[in-house]
Amino acid sequence: MRANAAQQAGPADAAAKGQGAADGLPVVSLCHVRKSFGEVPVLRDITLEVQRGEVVAIIGASGGGKSTLLRCATLLERMDAGSLSYAGLEVARDEGGRAAYADKATVREARSRFGLVFQGYNLFPHWDVMRNICDAPETVQGRPKEEAEAEARELVRRMGLEGCERKVPCELSGGQQQRVSIARALAMHPDVLYFDEPTSALDPQLTSEVLKVIRGLAEEHMTMVIVTHEMAFARDVADRVVFMDEGRIVEEGTPEQVLVHPTQERTRAFLAHGKD
Amino acid sequence: MTIQTMLSMLFGGFQTSLAIFALTLVGALPLGVLVALARQSRIKPLAWLMRIYISIMRGTPLMLQMFAIYFAPYYVFGIQLNPGSKWTAVVVAFIINYAAYFAEIYRSGIQSIPRGQYEAAEVLGYTGSQTFVRIVLPQVVKRILPAMGNEVITLIKDTSLAFSIGVAEMFSTARAIVASQVTMLPFLFAAGIYWVSNFVIESLLAALEHRLDYYHE
Ligand SMILES: Nc1ncnc2c1ncn2[C@@H]1O[C@H](COP(=O)(O)OP(=O)(O)OP(=O)(O)O)[C@@H](O)[C@H]1O
Ligand SMILES: [Mg+2]
Repeated sequence: MRANAAQQAGPADAAAKGQGAADGLPVVSLCHVRKSFGEVPVLRDITLEVQRGEVVAIIGASGGGKSTLLRCATLLERMDAGSLSYAGLEVARDEGGRAAYADKATVREARSRFGLVFQGYNLFPHWDVMRNICDAPETVQGRPKEEAEAEARELVRRMGLEGCERKVPCELSGGQQQRVSIARALAMHPDVLYFDEPTSALDPQLTSEVLKVIRGLAEEHMTMVIVTHEMAFARDVADRVVFMDEGRIVEEGTPEQVLVHPTQERTRAFLAHGKD
Repeated sequence: MTIQTMLSMLFGGFQTSLAIFALTLVGALPLGVLVALARQSRIKPLAWLMRIYISIMRGTPLMLQMFAIYFAPYYVFGIQLNPGSKWTAVVVAFIINYAAYFAEIYRSGIQSIPRGQYEAAEVLGYTGSQTFVRIVLPQVVKRILPAMGNEVITLIKDTSLAFSIGVAEMFSTARAIVASQVTMLPFLFAAGIYWVSNFVIESLLAALEHRLDYYHE
């Protein structure tokens, strides 16, 4: 299994950094998460654990709560109830049916453990590609400029963005922008990388460029949670597929189990609908 | 009176106009940022106070504000006015008046920055002030430059309001010469000097806009 392979073959930086995770704790663990917007429940008792090196694809119909789940995991949204930990670092725990969040220092530490790739890239438009990638390592992590730049150049190469170093986002295609945003997230050495529909703003040609890069990361055993509508991609890149509907995890398992032999009626309906 | 004497008197007055102009920018540009932030503060009474302040500054004539600030120390605190008080009152009035206008422009600029920029910064671990200084503010500057340009040009012309309180800037000087020499020439010269100053400022702003043209959203 990929999860085991990752223990030996994970990226060097992740292995060096994740002392807390070395003992087999899940990289991220969400338990009994609930979240409502006003009166409308959007997440109803979601439990999801992701192991080191695992690639999890989340699929489901629009409005099912996939983005909200990622936003809770990345601390952009507060859960109403439930708990959240990053490899033993407890960010929120359930206290009598309410989520109680840890202090600021813990939250800041947790933020350094994940990265998020947005559907709309959200690059910083006034900075060139290099600055977009280097700035957070320098400003947030205080790493030396030369080191951050050397690493950024390496990421530019891995993302197939050579020649774009000095371009600003508006000069790039959507696919290139999305790859910059992946590089920006990777430069922070996260333990887990979240993607929220990374290709849904792209045409098929650009989509395949971005999926290729994500596939490459999966081969290097980067831990990833990917919300996607690309079923074929989910099928060949994910270790586990999670189908969400109306704020619940309806079904999960290997891509084969969920996408080819779903047991739940709602999963079947969703897949049938998506195929026509 | 020779034209040369006239011009040198006018330029003397113009120095005062320029001083009002420069001091107002130096004071109001940063003060406006603070007011804009306070106006959007989560501390409700502070936000309300700023709303009222901005509303009064924009809703009453700058000339009245100058007089109010000039006489306030005497009527409120019984402090004796001295010859320097007028100058101080003019500069203070200009700064707090323009800070209010600038604050509203900054606010509209800050609010036009998409939420996604804040969210990306938050996930990357930037602190609130790092996000503001490094990510939000540079983008705001580009967005508000045209509106700020208008205000700055208005400011040059507004310096003539100091005339009403008896500070001898260029317009007062021109008027004094017109009255004593019975000629309209000083007004013509003054108009020319205002226009040339604004032409210079417009060119500087255009150059700045051009420099920031290297990206768009
Ligand atoms: N900030 C918000 N305020 C109020 N309602 C919200 C908010 N964010 C999301 N919702 C609602 O929560 C529900 C779940 O939204 P969410 O974006 O998580 O779904 P999703 O599964 O990501 O859908 P999609 O596939 O369209 O991206 C939707 O009904 C949405 O309208
Ligand atoms: Mg979504």
